[in-house]
Amino acid sequence: MQSRLPILIFALLMAAIPHLPGMPPFWIVLLDNIGLAALVAMGLVLLTGVGGLTSFGQAAFVGFGAYTTAVLSTAYGLSPWLTLPLSLVVSGSLAVLLGLITVRLSGHYLPLGTLAWGLGLFYLFSKLEFLGRNDGISAIPPLSIGTFKMLSPGSIYYAIWVAVIVSAVLTMNLLDSRTGRAIRALRRGHVAAEAFGVHTPRAKLLVFIHAAVLAGLSGWLYAHLQRAVNPTPFGAQAGIEYLFIAVVGGAGYVWGGVLGAAIVVVLKEVLQSYLPLILPGSGQVETIVFGIMLVALLQLAPGGLWPWLISFLPERTGGRKPDTSLKLEHRARAAGESGVLLQVEKARKQFGGVVAVNNVSFDVQAREIVALIGPNGAGKSTTFNLITGVLSATSGSISVLGRKVDNAPPQEIVKLGISRTFQHVKLVPDMTVLENVAIGAHLRGHSGPISSMLRLDRADEAKLLAEAARQIERVGLAEQMHQLAGSLSLGQQRIVEIARALCVDPMLLLLDEPAAGLRHMEKQRLATLLRELRDGGMSVLLVEHDMGFVMNLADRIVVLDFGTKIAEGTPATIKTNPEVIKAYLGVAA
Amino acid sequence: MNTTIMLFLVQDGITNGAIYALLGLALVLVFAVTRVILIPQGEFVTYGALTYASLAAGQMPGTGKLALALGIGAFVFDLFVARKALHARLILRSCITNIVLPAIVLALTLYFAAQKPPVPVCIALSLVIVAMIGVYLYRIAFQPLAHTSVLVLLIASVGVHLALQGLGLLFFGAEGQRGPAVLSGAFTAGALRFTGQSITVYAITIAFIVALWLFFGLTLYGKALRATAVNRLGARLAGIRTTLSGQIAFLLASVIGALSGIMIVPITTLYYDSGFLIGLKGFVAAIIGGLVSYPLTAVAALVVGIVEAFSSFYASNYKEVIVFMLLIPVLLLRSLAAPAVEEEKD
Repeated sequence: MQSRLPILIFALLMAAIPHLPGMPPFWIVLLDNIGLAALVAMGLVLLTGVGGLTSFGQAAFVGFGAYTTAVLSTAYGLSPWLTLPLSLVVSGSLAVLLGLITVRLSGHYLPLGTLAWGLGLFYLFSKLEFLGRNDGISAIPPLSIGTFKMLSPGSIYYAIWVAVIVSAVLTMNLLDSRTGRAIRALRRGHVAAEAFGVHTPRAKLLVFIHAAVLAGLSGWLYAHLQRAVNPTPFGAQAGIEYLFIAVVGGAGYVWGGVLGAAIVVVLKEVLQSYLPLILPGSGQVETIVFGIMLVALLQLAPGGLWPWLISFLPERTGGRKPDTSLKLEHRARAAGESGVLLQVEKARKQFGGVVAVNNVSFDVQAREIVALIGPNGAGKSTTFNLITGVLSATSGSISVLGRKVDNAPPQEIVKLGISRTFQHVKLVPDMTVLENVAIGAHLRGHSGPISSMLRLDRADEAKLLAEAARQIERVGLAEQMHQLAGSLSLGQQRIVEIARALCVDPMLLLLDEPAAGLRHMEKQRLATLLRELRDGGMSVLLVEHDMGFVMNLADRIVVLDFGTKIAEGTPATIKTNPEVIKAYLGVAA
Repeated sequence: MNTTIMLFLVQDGITNGAIYALLGLALVLVFAVTRVILIPQGEFVTYGALTYASLAAGQMPGTGKLALALGIGAFVFDLFVARKALHARLILRSCITNIVLPAIVLALTLYFAAQKPPVPVCIALSLVIVAMIGVYLYRIAFQPLAHTSVLVLLIASVGVHLALQGLGLLFFGAEGQRGPAVLSGAFTAGALRFTGQSITVYAITIAFIVALWLFFGLTLYGKALRATAVNRLGARLAGIRTTLSGQIAFLLASVIGALSGIMIVPITTLYYDSGFLIGLKGFVAAIIGGLVSYPLTAVAALVVGIVEAFSSFYASNYKEVIVFMLLIPVLLLRSLAAPAVEEEKD
C-alpha cells in the first residue's frame, strides 16, 4: 500500500500555486495544458506502460469527449455538468467498440490498428457536418457553479487539477488490486495469467476503456477551457504526442505521465517563445530542436525520467507483511475428489507433420505423485499444455473427475482445481514475489475494477494477500516476499511459481521441471514439501529430468519417448525396464 | 460507370500503388531488421524529391550540408563509443565514411548546382545525399537505442521525423515544387495514355522488388539481415555485426524513399510535409502485408493505390478515411487467422 502523504503534499502545492504572489497568469495556462495532457498520458501509462498495449489513437478519444460536450451544450443547450457523464460514456462505449476490434490484435498489429482508426476518426471529425467540419464548434458555455463561471484559465485550473489528482489516485488504487495484478501481468504474455483464470481479452478491454475515459475527461475539460473545438488537436500527430509524453515521463508510472506532460508542454513553450530570439529565421526551428531533444532524452534515459528521478530517493525497505490470520474461503470443490482425478486417453497432438504427442494414455489418482519423464523432445511439456488447455488436442480425450474437458480454455481448467508451473518461468519480474503469488489466488477473489478504484476491495484484498503470504511461507521464501520477482535466482523463481500454483487451492498440481536450477538442499526441501502436499490430499504430476529426485519421490512414473508412452510403473520397475534404458542411453552394444 | 473512367482510375491507382509498394517494402525491411517503425520514411521521400527538383532548377539544396553535418555527428558518436580503444585505422575509416565522403558529395553538388545539371546527375546526387542522411541518422539516433523496446524506438522515430520535417521547411521553404520528368514521351494504348514517367515507375518498382528478393535470397549480406531480423542475439553470436545490418537497412530504406520521391515529383507537386501522408499509406500496405511478407506488401500497396484512386473519384472528401479504415477489417482477419502466440516482450 502506498503512502498517501506525498500525494497530499502535491495536492496542497498545486492548490497553492495560483495564490502565490506575482504568479504570471501565463504559467497558469501552461499548468492547465499540463493537466489536460497528463490525464491522457495517465491512461496511456496504464494501457502502454503497464498493460503493454501501445495506442496511437488516444487523441481520438479526447476528441470524442470534447465533441460530445460541444454538440450537446451548444446545439441542445445541456448544462456542462450533465454532459460530463455523457462525454465519459461516449468515450467509454466507443472504446468498447474499437477495443473489441483492436485488442484482439496481437503484437505489432495493435499499435498499427490504433494508428489506422486514429487517422480515420480525425478525418471523420473534419468532414462531418454536425461537428462543424474543419471549423469545428465554437461558443461552448464555460463550466459554472451557481453564478460563478469558470471563464478564466485560473478558475478552471482547479477543475483540471482535481480531475488529475483524483484520476491518479483512482488509477493507482486500481493497479494495487486483484484486477491491477491481472493488468500488470498482461505485458508478459497471456499464457501465465490465463493459467490462473485471468480473462486476458477482458482485462485488455478494461484498460482500454479506462484510458479512453481518462482521455474523454481531458477532452471535456479541454472543450470548456478553450470554449471551442476543431479537429486539429485530435489528429494522428496529437496521438503520437500523447504517447511520447508517456514514454518521456516513464511509461510504467502513473506520475510519470504527469511529469512527462510537464516536460513536454514546458519544453515546447520555452522553445516556441525563446528560440526565435536565439536563432532568428523562418519558423519551425522549435520543431527541429524539439525532435532532437526528444531523441537525446531517450538516449540518456530510455526508461523515462520518473524512474530515473526516483532512483535518487532512498530505497523503501520492504512492505508490510500481510496479516496471515485472515482465511480465504476454499475453492468450491466438486464432490468426490478421490479416485481417478485425471484421465488422459489416447491424447494426440500434431504440429503439421510432427506428432509431438502420439496417442498417450495415463491417469493420476488422488493422493499420488506421478512423474512424466523422457528425453528432451519427448512431448512432456506438450502433454502439460494439452491438459491445461493451452493447446487443444488433435484427437483423444482428457477427463477430470470423469468429466471430459477436451479443448476447454485454461481459465476453465484451473477452476477444476488443476494448477501448474512453467518450464520457462513466467513471472512478472517487476512485481514483488507477494504480488506474483497473489495472481494464483485470482479466482478466489471477487473485487472488480470499480470497487478496487474506490478501495472497497480491501477486505477481499487482505485475504488474497494473506493466502499468498501463507503459501510463500510454506515454500520457504518468506524472506523474499517483498523483493521483485525478477531479482530472485532462477531456482527461487521456480519455487515462487509453485507458491503461485498452490494459491489456486488445487487438487492436482502440475509441475514442469520444478527442480531445475535448484541446489541439492533446495531439492530435498522441495521433495519434502511435495510429499507433505500429497499426504495432505493433493496430487502432483511432474515433469523432471533429475532422475535421483524423481525416483525417490514419485509413486508412479510414465515414460515418454518421441511422443509415445514406452513404459509406466513404479520407480523400481522403470529403473530396470530395457525400453527406458534404451531411450535414455541408446542401444546397448 | 464507364469503362474508360474505370481503366483510368485503375491506372492511376497502380501508379500510386507502385510507390506505396516501394515504401511499404522499405518499412518492412527496416522494421524487420532494426524494430524501428520508420516514420521518417516520408521525409526520405520529400528530401529525395525536393533535392532532385532543386538541383534540376539550378538551386543548391540544403540537404547536402545536412548530410555533412550528420556525418560529423556520426564521426563524433563513433569516436565517443570507441574512446577507450581508439586507434588510427578506426579514426581514419570513420573519418573517410562520415566526413570525407559527404564533403566530396557536397563539393560536387555545389559545383553542379550552379550549372543546371542534366537529369541523371540530379538523380544520382539526390540519391547519394539522402542515402548518406539515412545511414548517419541510424548511427546517431537509433544505434544507441538498439537495445530498447519497440515503443522507445518508435518515439525516437517520431522525434527524428519532427526534426527532419522542420529542417525540410528550412531547406525547401513552404512552396511546393515539381521536378522534370525522368523519362519524357508517352504512347497510347486504346483509351489509355502511358507516360514515360509512369512506365518508369512500374519498371523501377518491379526491378526493386526483384532486386530485394535476390538480395535476401542469394547474398550473404541479405541472409545476415534476415538473421538479424529473426534473432538479434543469435545473429550476433554467429558473428554478424548487427549495427552493420541496421546501417544496410537504413541505406536501402533511404534510397528507396528518395527514389520514390524522385518518381512522384514530376507527377505531383510535393511540399516539405507531403512525405508523412505518403509514407503512412506505404505503411498501410506494409501492415496489410503483416510487416513480414514482401510480395503481400506489394499486392496490398496496389490495392491501397486503387482504393485511393476510386475513393478520390467517388467520395473525395472521405478519401483518407476510407484508405485508413481499410486496415481495420484486414487487421481483424489477420489476427483471427493467426494463432495466438505467446510473445515475451522487452
